[in-house]
Amino acid sequence: MAAITSLGESGLSEPAARPRAIQGRRRRRLNLFRYLVFTVSGLFFLLPLLATARFSLEGNRLGTWSLSAWKEIVTYKGPPPLLSAVEIQLELVVLTCVGVLVLLVPTMVWIRLRVQWISRVFEFLCLLPLTIPAIVLVVGLAPVYNFIRRSQLSTLELFWAYVILALPYAYRALSAGLTAIDVTTMSEAARSLGASWFTVITRVIVPNIRQAILNAMVLAAALVLGEFTIAYLLLYNNLPVTLFFISRSTPNASVIFSTSLASLLFAFGLLLILAYAGRRRHRGRG
Amino acid sequence: MAAVATTETGARPVRAGRRPSIPGWVGVVPFFAYVGVFLLLPTGIVITDALKNSSGGWQLSAIGDLGNPLVRGYFIGSLKLCVITSVGGAVFGAILAYAVACGNPDGAVRRLYLAVSGVLAQSGGITLAFAFQALLGPVGLLFHAGWFYNFPWGISLIYVYFQIPLMVLIFMPAIDGLKVQWREASENLGASAWQYWRHVGGPLLAPAFLGSTLLLFANALSAFATIEAWESQIAYTVPQQISTSLNSEVGLANVNYADVLALGMMIMVIVIMTGYALLQRRASRWLR
Repeated sequence: MAAITSLGESGLSEPAARPRAIQGRRRRRLNLFRYLVFTVSGLFFLLPLLATARFSLEGNRLGTWSLSAWKEIVTYKGPPPLLSAVEIQLELVVLTCVGVLVLLVPTMVWIRLRVQWISRVFEFLCLLPLTIPAIVLVVGLAPVYNFIRRSQLSTLELFWAYVILALPYAYRALSAGLTAIDVTTMSEAARSLGASWFTVITRVIVPNIRQAILNAMVLAAALVLGEFTIAYLLLYNNLPVTLFFISRSTPNASVIFSTSLASLLFAFGLLLILAYAGRRRHRGRG
Repeated sequence: MAAVATTETGARPVRAGRRPSIPGWVGVVPFFAYVGVFLLLPTGIVITDALKNSSGGWQLSAIGDLGNPLVRGYFIGSLKLCVITSVGGAVFGAILAYAVACGNPDGAVRRLYLAVSGVLAQSGGITLAFAFQALLGPVGLLFHAGWFYNFPWGISLIYVYFQIPLMVLIFMPAIDGLKVQWREASENLGASAWQYWRHVGGPLLAPAFLGSTLLLFANALSAFATIEAWESQIAYTVPQQISTSLNSEVGLANVNYADVLALGMMIMVIVIMTGYALLQRRASRWLR
């Protein structure tokens, strides 16, 4: 509407000035629109986090402040026990990161060097977990896990499934890293100097795709930190499942807010480091 | 040609002599074995179990359960939630993406919003449900929203929290693909802002917008943790019902119930992702 009136009032008498007038008015309206959108979205995204923070600092009486919920992360006795769940979650993060890298890096290098024709199938399989919902996967995983559990029972077994969940993210990160370097030339050079395949991967390829490996690890870690569906349905107690049960037995227990805020902030921190570190490095190179 | 062939074959024996017995496919065996056991086998189990009866014979009647009014209720619940949150997330996400894209392409605002979107798009989970419970729940900080436990509206608000950032991430490339020259060209021809969006910008963005909406739909369909932490007593959606039937096998006429529901979801996802792939191909025609 305003655009039409501005077109009308500037008239034909001064054609040279017209575009700038429209530009200026449009820019002002656009900025108004932008600030409005940023304010509303900022509020929407910040308020739930602030509310969590406030609840985690709630004292014994309503409306008072205290740090007890944060101290409780360490001392909470359960049931179910909290601190051991935190420990297990961190171990799962490490195992999944290692697992997905060990599975993907050598295979991807090998495919680039020797079996190019299989790369389409490989890519399809790596991205497949994105399209199969975890809740569907878990239905089929139950019999597989029944078999695994026959020999030993440990929550750490979850990492077998988590590697699959992390596959698409790790694949994308590593694929970007490998595309940026000349794998063939590097490994042929190393091979002709007498390096074994193990040396080629660990001492030539890996140092060159360090950033991509870091990206893959951060994405896998963020994924594992919040994973609930598979653990819950396979009856393992990882951190989110533990928090879930605490919230069921004591609704609004402030310890669930402090722990979940801590884990959210940890994941956010990891991902923000990834976003900014990756960019800076990229710029430095360009 | 012949000379090239000779040098090629001449070079081969030397290399082959060094590593005589490793065919190319050996290197990919560990990966395919792993994916086979933990991804393809489970998928296969779901499909075959959904098509079998309790005594192990093949039957298609289990699929007929999908038409059962009770089962259909869960699919309708899932559908409601997915439609509301994908359309809502897509519209607000597109507006936010446009607001961000209008600014300085190297500016701090854009960098911050993209980084934060990447983080928040992953934030779905039980912690998110707790956060909204702290804000709007029975003893909420802001106020106690009477509709907080209303399905689908209460849970939709929570879902939109991770749908909007995802939309920003996947829709931003399409907005960046709109060339300034197109806008200038239409302005030079006397088009108003409305005419530009109606005839140029809108049609160009439409396939990308629809494709992104489908992706959000699939994202909402497979989400389970958030809604389970929000309300674990009543099952509204298919994932919740799968969880209920896996955890308690009580009073079920068919032991393959979870498999049948899972197969139904899988079919939905396949249809959605096919549509997404087609729309992406259409969208990439102009927006390069």
